[in-house]
Amino acid sequence: MRPGRWRGRDVISILDFTRDDLEELFDVAARMKEMLQRGHVPRLLEGRIVALAFFEPSTRTRLSFETAAKRLGAQTLGFAGEEATSLAKGENLADTIRMLDGYADAIVIRHKYEGSALYAAEVAEKPVINAGDGKQHHPTQAMLDLYTVKELFGTIDGLVYGVLGDLRFGRAASSFILALTLYRPRKLYLISPPLLRARPEVRARLEEAGIDYEEVSKLDDVLGELDVLYVTRIQRERFPDPREYEKVRGSYRVTRELLEKCAKPELRVLHPLPRVDEIAANVDSSRYAAYFLQARNGVPVRMALLSLILGAEV
Amino acid sequence: MAPSEGLLVRRIREGTVIDHIPAGRALAVLRILGITGREGLRVAVVMNVESRRLGRKDIVKVEGRHLSSEEVNRIALIAPSATINIVKDYRVIEKKRVKLPSVIEGIIACTNPTCITRKPGEPLRPRFKIVAERPLQLQCTYCSTIIDEKDVLEQLEEAGEERR
Repeated sequence: MRPGRWRGRDVISILDFTRDDLEELFDVAARMKEMLQRGHVPRLLEGRIVALAFFEPSTRTRLSFETAAKRLGAQTLGFAGEEATSLAKGENLADTIRMLDGYADAIVIRHKYEGSALYAAEVAEKPVINAGDGKQHHPTQAMLDLYTVKELFGTIDGLVYGVLGDLRFGRAASSFILALTLYRPRKLYLISPPLLRARPEVRARLEEAGIDYEEVSKLDDVLGELDVLYVTRIQRERFPDPREYEKVRGSYRVTRELLEKCAKPELRVLHPLPRVDEIAANVDSSRYAAYFLQARNGVPVRMALLSLILGAEV
Repeated sequence: MAPSEGLLVRRIREGTVIDHIPAGRALAVLRILGITGREGLRVAVVMNVESRRLGRKDIVKVEGRHLSSEEVNRIALIAPSATINIVKDYRVIEKKRVKLPSVIEGIIACTNPTCITRKPGEPLRPRFKIVAERPLQLQCTYCSTIIDEKDVLEQLEEAGEERR
């Protein structure tokens, strides 16, 4: 492997990376996870500062970035949600990013506008990591999703995937689908109400990559074939028209009964979280649930990412 | 009907003639070039005249200005059949076809209302890469939204409405 090919890079879309890049990331993440379990993590990022610019609310992503940075000895600064609005006082995004660029060694950004992270990366000299830009990309989520699949199955290729839910407004779902185009899934089912189908540019990428995919409306029809079921929440906050949301609200639900009746025993259920009601609580204690493992993997994967980008490899 | 535009508009001494524009799109071509009429240039717009190649066509003549390849190539967005004649002393000294550049910056706005290029107050120009030429497909560099010729024409027409 080429040394240092991650160093100083922006992370805007999962498609900015190759399979080899991701393999390297997963290797480092596995070592990070092992060190976390042993309770001994070298302070590779001592003296570094990571800016967390969350213009949109976040729990998991923000806290796992913060945990990842602090575990490695870095310090964090930043703001979240409402605080960001008052901080900006009408300041434009470019100026806020320029300020953070002057203070920190890397900038993690979440913003409601699609393309905001790319724009921030054009403005900043320091590496910019996209933690969600509107409905478009959430590359670090896709990284930890793939890492989790690899951990569970030993491979990402050759599996049958179902991505269920809001494929139109959900950035985690979109990024996971795009990420699969870097691999060779045996089959990919895009399962959603017709109103929430994947966006044209995402489908164009699937075509271009020659992925065998199919758009279906009902989970029951394909559940028996799946190795991985990736469930997502309906992104209520991104619907331009609340009436459209009402039409699709509660249109799918994964329950333990359904899984026990239709799914293969090897099936694993992922979810980027938070969930509303799309996965019943009784699935949590079943063999199928992998979403809490997935959420925990956010920390070692983001530790690996920060250490590679800031050039402090294990 | 007159076989040529010669009866409508005289030849120009110096400048650029954009020929073989699909009928009805001459005004959109002017908008792409940023020519409003307020620059003081002598401009002739000929619309819906007979053309052997296109059936009917539009022609734009701009006197006193030699348009650069960069300016002219943007026309290919809506008039890929256009030909450019550079005129000096009443003679065509250069003839070229338009060629769509790989990136279009600043002319067209993204149709996605939550694209960062639509956020007020940011010093940012919309940018598209060409995905396909015929039929035309452009993809926003920032939000990945794909737009087509219809979106492009609609915007150029709306821009005309606003100016009036």
